[in-house]
Amino acid sequence: MALSSTASSRRAGRRSPLVTTALLVAGLLATGGVYALVATSASADTRAASAQLVDEGGKLFAANCATCHGLAAQGTAAGPSLIGVGALAVDFQVGTGRMPLAASGPQADVKPVQFTQEQIDAMAAWVAELAPGPAIPADRYLAGDGDAANGAQLFRTNCAMCHNVAGAGGALTEGKWAPGLSNIDPVHVYAAMVTGPQNMPVFSDLNLSPEDKNDIITYLRYLDENPSVGGFDLGSLGPVSEGLFIWIFGLGALVAVTIWLTAKSN
Amino acid sequence: MSTTAAAPATGSTEAVPSRGMRFTGWAANYVDERTSASTAVKALGRKIFPDHWSFMLGEVALYSFIVILLSGTFLTFFFDPSMTEVEYEGSYLPLNGIPMSVAYATSLDISFEIRGGLLMRQVHHWAALLFVASIGLHMLRVFFTGAFRKPRELNWIVGFLLFVMAMALGFTGYSLPDDLLSGNGLRIIDGMIKAVPVAGGWISYLLFGNEFPGTDIIPRLYVLHIMLLPAITIALIGIHMVLLVVNKHTQFAAPGRTNDNVVGAPVMPVFAAKAGGFFFIVFGVIVLIASFFTINPIWNYGPYDPSPVSAGTQPDWYIGFADGALRLIPSNLESVIFGYTWSWGVLIPLVGLVLFLAVVALYPFLEAWVSGDKREHHIAERPRNAPARTAIGAAGVVFYAVLWAAASSDLIATHFRLSIEGVILALQTLAIAGPIIAYLVTKRVCLALQRKDREIALHGFESGRIVRLPGGEYIEVHEQLDDYERWKLVSYEEYQPLMVRPDDRGRITVRQRVRAGLSRWFFEDRIAPVTVRELEQQKH
Repeated sequence: MALSSTASSRRAGRRSPLVTTALLVAGLLATGGVYALVATSASADTRAASAQLVDEGGKLFAANCATCHGLAAQGTAAGPSLIGVGALAVDFQVGTGRMPLAASGPQADVKPVQFTQEQIDAMAAWVAELAPGPAIPADRYLAGDGDAANGAQLFRTNCAMCHNVAGAGGALTEGKWAPGLSNIDPVHVYAAMVTGPQNMPVFSDLNLSPEDKNDIITYLRYLDENPSVGGFDLGSLGPVSEGLFIWIFGLGALVAVTIWLTAKSN
Repeated sequence: MSTTAAAPATGSTEAVPSRGMRFTGWAANYVDERTSASTAVKALGRKIFPDHWSFMLGEVALYSFIVILLSGTFLTFFFDPSMTEVEYEGSYLPLNGIPMSVAYATSLDISFEIRGGLLMRQVHHWAALLFVASIGLHMLRVFFTGAFRKPRELNWIVGFLLFVMAMALGFTGYSLPDDLLSGNGLRIIDGMIKAVPVAGGWISYLLFGNEFPGTDIIPRLYVLHIMLLPAITIALIGIHMVLLVVNKHTQFAAPGRTNDNVVGAPVMPVFAAKAGGFFFIVFGVIVLIASFFTINPIWNYGPYDPSPVSAGTQPDWYIGFADGALRLIPSNLESVIFGYTWSWGVLIPLVGLVLFLAVVALYPFLEAWVSGDKREHHIAERPRNAPARTAIGAAGVVFYAVLWAAASSDLIATHFRLSIEGVILALQTLAIAGPIIAYLVTKRVCLALQRKDREIALHGFESGRIVRLPGGEYIEVHEQLDDYERWKLVSYEEYQPLMVRPDDRGRITVRQRVRAGLSRWFFEDRIAPVTVRELEQQKH
């Protein structure tokens, strides 16, 4: 991941508006390819879920998660049952720092990840052993090498009403919110669609095929790697930030100029 | 420009004129003999502009409008409002192969293919936001200094119409790119039109030419946006300028500045030079902003499709108060009367906003009626010296600001980690309580400031110097203001509440009672201006 992001920023520095579509596609394929190589070696361990890994995951679960989810992950008044949620849900919730929960509130917040990837994989393996559930997807669905145009259209239709067309996030009811989607690990984007964490609906494979999900990942990656051509994007929040900006900085600057122009020279 | 500059020069060239001087003299004379331009130059060139920063806000509006005209003309060269469906094949990858209207495709082409097109689009849009913002600030200045009083009531109306035109121009422009955001905006307008009882459906069909959205609306809005509305705006600006010259400019009271004169720089040459320079500064600031900050990234939104709506979909700021009103009104108000559905959730905001704007437009006449003042006023009042007006203005500003804030209720919720229901409830409360609190507080602050002014005018200000008298008493020395400073504090007019008196036939009409009531409301609490006698007494 680190490798691909430095490569992309170096590329962005040289970018001119005249760059051809072909170059862009080639670049995306290259970054996707590099990422795929890295991701393959990481998820290979997950699939080789040995009994030892499951044991270790069980211990970690008992120490860190059982207070709320119960020792057998059967759920308690404080937390839902995790039987059947699958390895992917664990990877999303723990891998983004949402779990373990820092405090109960309208919604679990993203915070620094509390475990190493090996520990997360171990817990995921243990939860996956409990009952069948969504597993970590094949690398080709996370490569971000799909059709960005299709992804953008699917995103506008299925995701934008909560997450905003540019993935800037948005408000939900009762203090909940749809988070911003810039620079999210593709596996977490995929996991969110499959497992429907928090208030998010589930987008099953019948609803959005794995290829479609990859297209959406491709579009989000395009947004990450291509900053707004118009200059600073003011948070991509739409007309509100533009209005605030023109009042404070545009009109503010001009009022300062009027004061300067009419200041007495003596 | 050359004729105006040369006009005074022709009269004063007694020494040997240089070749250049002779040429300008000849050219000026040539033009003048054929157009009598010197009469206009003489009259206009001596128009006086008093110096105060707040008198230049209208200029910001004028100059940003010129920038809008220039950049807009560029955009019309490349924009095509057609609704014919095409497949996008431009350089923005995430839209490649997506079917869209020619209007959206050409907007994208302006942004991605036409050299300088994106800059021009951003200049146009930023200048539009600045145009309406500066009109707003200019109106506030005119309101709070009472510069709308006789003889300027009509110019206030013209200015108000310009404000409405600016909003109309902005909204039609916002709708033209036919992207998701503009389509969502039109959908709300369509909903508001359809909420009009009985006629709503008919008006909607007439406007859209079909079931929403149809294919007629964008070309129709385009005609309005580039032809009719700009023509009306330019005509109104012309009237605004002529009335500005005819009425003269207001000025703040100061020694030598009275109700009967105007003190300041003449248009030629000082003011013209300053204003010309200021135009380029405004232009420069807009271009600077447009080069560094994205505005309305239409490529993010995709072509209009009635099904998706993006989170954070808002109108441009000047329509925000209308959007906010729709967000604040309780959503379940609806009744069926005579077989027609009355959507109060839309109608109440609609009527409320029209009433609010009507009060803004007619306020000068209302105040003139209440005060019964038929004199001409050329002195810009200090806001504190008209406490009721200033308080009403503050209440209006708070009301507008709350509705405006409500248009971004979702962003307030996400950015301050609040629940959106809580934000809405707080803003609903504020929309009602805020103006009342603002009215009371502002009125008290104005009266307190007047009292302070009176105190300073009569007794001077505290110098901070403590003196011990021979008897052991300590006093703080008060320093008196000089006459110039004092003038500013004491020169204002006092109004008194009207007394209800029976008319010729010995009756007291309802109209008179209302007027007296309003007058009491306006002028009951007041601080008497310092009189000459009080000042004289103070000196001894």
